[in-house]
Amino acid sequence: MDKNKINIAYSKFVEGRLPKTKFFPSLLWAFLVGGLICCIGQGIFDSIAAIFPSLSKDDVQAYTLIILIFLASFLTGIGVYDRIGSFAGAGSIVPITGFSNSIASPAVEFKNEGLIFGLCVKMFSVAGPVIVTGIVSSMLVGLIYYIVGLL
Amino acid sequence: MNMVLQYLIVFVVGGTICLLAQILIIRTRMTSARILVLFELIGVFLQAVMLFEPIKNFAKSGITVPIIGFGASLARGAMEAVKEDGILGIFTGGLTATAAGIAAAVGFGYIFALIFRARSKKS
Repeated sequence: MDKNKINIAYSKFVEGRLPKTKFFPSLLWAFLVGGLICCIGQGIFDSIAAIFPSLSKDDVQAYTLIILIFLASFLTGIGVYDRIGSFAGAGSIVPITGFSNSIASPAVEFKNEGLIFGLCVKMFSVAGPVIVTGIVSSMLVGLIYYIVGLL
Repeated sequence: MNMVLQYLIVFVVGGTICLLAQILIIRTRMTSARILVLFELIGVFLQAVMLFEPIKNFAKSGITVPIIGFGASLARGAMEAVKEDGILGIFTGGLTATAAGIAAAVGFGYIFALIFRARSKKS
């Protein structure tokens, strides 16, 4: 058998073994959980804006994200967030809490492999690509904006 | 605007974004890292073409809490810094605007990883 055939057979085998996610229920859960997390964010935003009326909108926004990230890290630490993620799918990945979870979850999991090569390295296995893409694309936007400004 | 209506808009917009991501995950088996990067880039693009601000005024946290908002503040940071500092802004803008979020995620993640133990993944 040549290599291609083996590869195709193997991917079919893997395809059959992968857990089947039910299409419509998972969409519904993603929608509900994602919407709920955004509403919690809006609730935190409104509360902070009401308690500290002197803060600018951008500052309130920053505090809101920090609190959401704090909650998500904590829930990841006690193992709740990953359990939500198992049925919410993208609903728990796409909000900023998913970014926070993607840092905290491997950090907790690989702590036993050492503080540097376990925790610190594995922390960025998902967040690394996000931060790298973010920095590069923001530099690109800044560069384009600079050039456009010169014209 | 009516508060209940506002929260409904937040819920529907945020939920729809996650629903689209879920369709992508099922259809293409994208990993969560790819999904996060993709939606971040959508945010950068929306901000770069000045579409993010009007959406934000309408949907509030529905669009700022998803990672799209993170991408948008990266791009907005770069644009504002370029306006003020010129070339230096290209390098400082993006990270400065998102420093709070990144520091919070890394810092809290580190602290909670030290406090809590990993549990066996039974569930």
